[in-house]
Amino acid sequence: MWVGRRLRRFEDAALLRGEGRFVGDIASGSAAMRFVRSPVARGKILDIEIPKGASVITGRDLEGVGTVMPLLHRDDFIAVEQPVLPLTEVHFAGQAVAAVIAPTAEEAEDFADQVFLEIDPLDPVVGLDNALSPDAPLVHEHVPGNSIIDSNMTTPGFTEAFEPAPFKVSVDIRSSRQSAMPLETRGGHAAFDASTGRVTLSAGTQAPHVIRTAIADVLGIPEADLRVVAPDVGGGFGQKYCLAVEDVVAVWAARRYRMAVAWIEDRRENFTSSFHSRDQHYLVTGAFDDDGKLVALEADIRCNVGAFSCYPVTCGVEALMAMAEMPGPYDFREYSVRARAVTTNACPIAPYRGVSRPVITMTLERLMDEAANRIGVSEVEIRRRNLVTEFPYTSVMGLVYDQATYIESLDRAVELIDLDGFRKEQEESLTKGKYIGLGLSTFSERTGYGTSAFAARSMDITPGFETVEMTMDPSGFVEVRVGASSHGQGLETSLSQLVADELGVRPENVRIVQGDTDRTPYGWGTFASRSAVLAGGASKLASHDMRAKLAAIAANELEAAVEDMEFSEGSVKVRGTDVAVEMSKLARIAYHKSNQLSLGSTPGLSVSATYDPHGTFSNACHAAVVEVDLETGAVQIRRFLVVEDAGILINPLIADGQVHGGVAQGIASALFEELVYDENGNLLTTSLMDYLPPTMSEMPLIEIEHLVSISDATITGAKGLGEGGAIGAPAAVINAINDALRPLGVVLNENPATPERVRRHIARAQGA
Amino acid sequence: MKHQVTLNINGSEHEIFVEARKTLADAIREECGLTGTHLGCEHGVCGACTVLMDGQPVRSCLMFAVQCNGVPLRTVEGLADGDDLHPVQKAFWEHHGLQCGFCTPGFLMLATSVLEQEPDIDDEALREVLSSNLCRCTGYQNILIAVKAAAEEMRG
Repeated sequence: MWVGRRLRRFEDAALLRGEGRFVGDIASGSAAMRFVRSPVARGKILDIEIPKGASVITGRDLEGVGTVMPLLHRDDFIAVEQPVLPLTEVHFAGQAVAAVIAPTAEEAEDFADQVFLEIDPLDPVVGLDNALSPDAPLVHEHVPGNSIIDSNMTTPGFTEAFEPAPFKVSVDIRSSRQSAMPLETRGGHAAFDASTGRVTLSAGTQAPHVIRTAIADVLGIPEADLRVVAPDVGGGFGQKYCLAVEDVVAVWAARRYRMAVAWIEDRRENFTSSFHSRDQHYLVTGAFDDDGKLVALEADIRCNVGAFSCYPVTCGVEALMAMAEMPGPYDFREYSVRARAVTTNACPIAPYRGVSRPVITMTLERLMDEAANRIGVSEVEIRRRNLVTEFPYTSVMGLVYDQATYIESLDRAVELIDLDGFRKEQEESLTKGKYIGLGLSTFSERTGYGTSAFAARSMDITPGFETVEMTMDPSGFVEVRVGASSHGQGLETSLSQLVADELGVRPENVRIVQGDTDRTPYGWGTFASRSAVLAGGASKLASHDMRAKLAAIAANELEAAVEDMEFSEGSVKVRGTDVAVEMSKLARIAYHKSNQLSLGSTPGLSVSATYDPHGTFSNACHAAVVEVDLETGAVQIRRFLVVEDAGILINPLIADGQVHGGVAQGIASALFEELVYDENGNLLTTSLMDYLPPTMSEMPLIEIEHLVSISDATITGAKGLGEGGAIGAPAAVINAINDALRPLGVVLNENPATPERVRRHIARAQGA
Repeated sequence: MKHQVTLNINGSEHEIFVEARKTLADAIREECGLTGTHLGCEHGVCGACTVLMDGQPVRSCLMFAVQCNGVPLRTVEGLADGDDLHPVQKAFWEHHGLQCGFCTPGFLMLATSVLEQEPDIDDEALREVLSSNLCRCTGYQNILIAVKAAAEEMRG
């Protein structure tokens, strides 16, 4: 068996030698495109002054080019149109207004500095609270109340359950605006090929097929005229899933001027203009009965989605996901919710690792801790009384949860972190004036969303299925072409392991081809913890078809029954005997002696399969131990534990790496990272000296234990796990801080808990 | 105005003509065609562009090419000896010290220089040095494990 082995990755051989090919490497030496960006958050464009000798593209040049308008087909959604380059009005500071082309990046920057944008500034709408105030100006005239989504749902029995409940516990949770901040900024290299009339766009993207559709639609060209390649991609975390208007301009210019041109964003642009994330405010009240059972939940969800809607998922995704997945791993039957996606004059939001679930989890886990205190039960007991225990379970929103280990992961985490021992230590520490705290976070992670799951959101473009094309060439080597598009997740290795087991070959004899619209079947790319589940499932199905073809040839060759064919170590043999034939020989027959194939068989060895499940839920319990320095407000994480269940792990080495990275981003979210706009809508945090991702010094050792649920919601047994670390960690850390500071009466419900913010809460609690 | 500069990278000489404002990183990538050195921020924070200058780690985005005339430089392309990977490269592979691989060249060069200069460096000091660079994928845990394994291997 190759599945389950900690195999080192095939991807690394080139990356370790500096032989990876990232967009910036492909762009090296080609003409450069530099964007001139709006210096104000909102204003009317009066004039664009172009310096002498400069090649500049403005909205006027893009005649006939469409707009970007992602759609949801629902009554509570208002579509917002985004011009590729605006003609009349700018909507956020950093919005691309013009593009300069020059032979080198230096010259393009020089000219871009000389392009003068004459803009008449208008009062911008900055921040959620301002956008929702009754006298707020409208960001888009056709969007009343600045709400692009305003969705309501109340179960019929809500009031009856909510009103008489003896305990009503409210939490007011804010998660600040953050950036996925991949270490490689965005960029694209568009090259026109005169011999075919086609453009090849090499782009830092998580979804090459989706981007191709988007650009072809906006430019009004056949998709066949465009090839999109995702070469090595230096991290994405969601920021590289949605369409960059800059890529549209690059492809347009490559076609118009029959040239190769590249835009490579700098770090400042990545902060001002590349999709942001989070920026959510939830007001939630839980109604608990005398036993601490949650009987009803009321939620007011507000998401600041910025100036435009991201393609293809739309800005509705944050609010709608929060609405649908708010129940998390907890059982309650009555629910009243209002979810709004609020537009402001800020950089647009796109899904970032976990999307709304880090905030959902922080909300529920803060609620559980506060409820435990009010009702007088332990934080473990309140969770045990409310976690879902029977599967399949259908949530109040109609989601079906497959087999998971909610209680088991909680119990195991409590045991490993030694909760009782910690409480004693905490008591002793307090007598010495030392404030330590422990926080738990129990959550589920919906992964492997199929078409039916996305269709529930009424998306105009409904992602979901994944197709795999598999070929065995005449030498017996297997090529697997997938629509998923790995950018650090190690999919080439994991899928090879899976296919190797199915076909009885070695993983190094399986090559995964991805990230190229010319080479791979239409697929949805890599996002939402889907690739192992979906591309893995489709690979398994394709392998079965391949086996059937090989078995038929082998049975003929070995003069035995097809049912008796057994696949192992590169051969097919007759079960229970030594009679065998090498797979490479069967491949030769399929291609070169097709006259020997049985009547009706197609020559060659090519199959294709599609997998489209409804989805499956991973789960985990995180536990964090922190120490808070009262004087400085600094929070130090002393221990961080993850007990997680993602079903069968294809490659535990890679799986642990995903947990580490996710937790790091979750801790970053809880303690450090914040994008700050001033009252005029200018971003203040535009460098890595202002926006602070953690370094090795801030990261604790992460202890991981795996549990394994066997779920029939996924044919490989693998559940997704890419996002879980980022989903659970903020709640664990924030709960730990609250636990540490509870003796002082501090309640801290917003992140990041920077020293300044922690100090402010302490001072407020002490009445200073 | 362009200046003639000789960059001595991994033992090979590259004669280039560059403006004074050309950074060392851009010169290495564009003029010498060695694209293993990556640019993550261009303001000296992330460390993806770390190269060794006279054995010392420097941010090549904060140096000008004209400052480096004739100085021995090492980049990620010079780490392996033919098919034999450097112990630091091997350890990163073995311990999954990379995911997207974008920050990796900078970390490899940083780790190489620290282990060459202080083979017996203690854990705390090592963490401190490795905190010079940013990684967005790994959470650093496997990078630390890899560098410690490489240190052991290099001590023999």
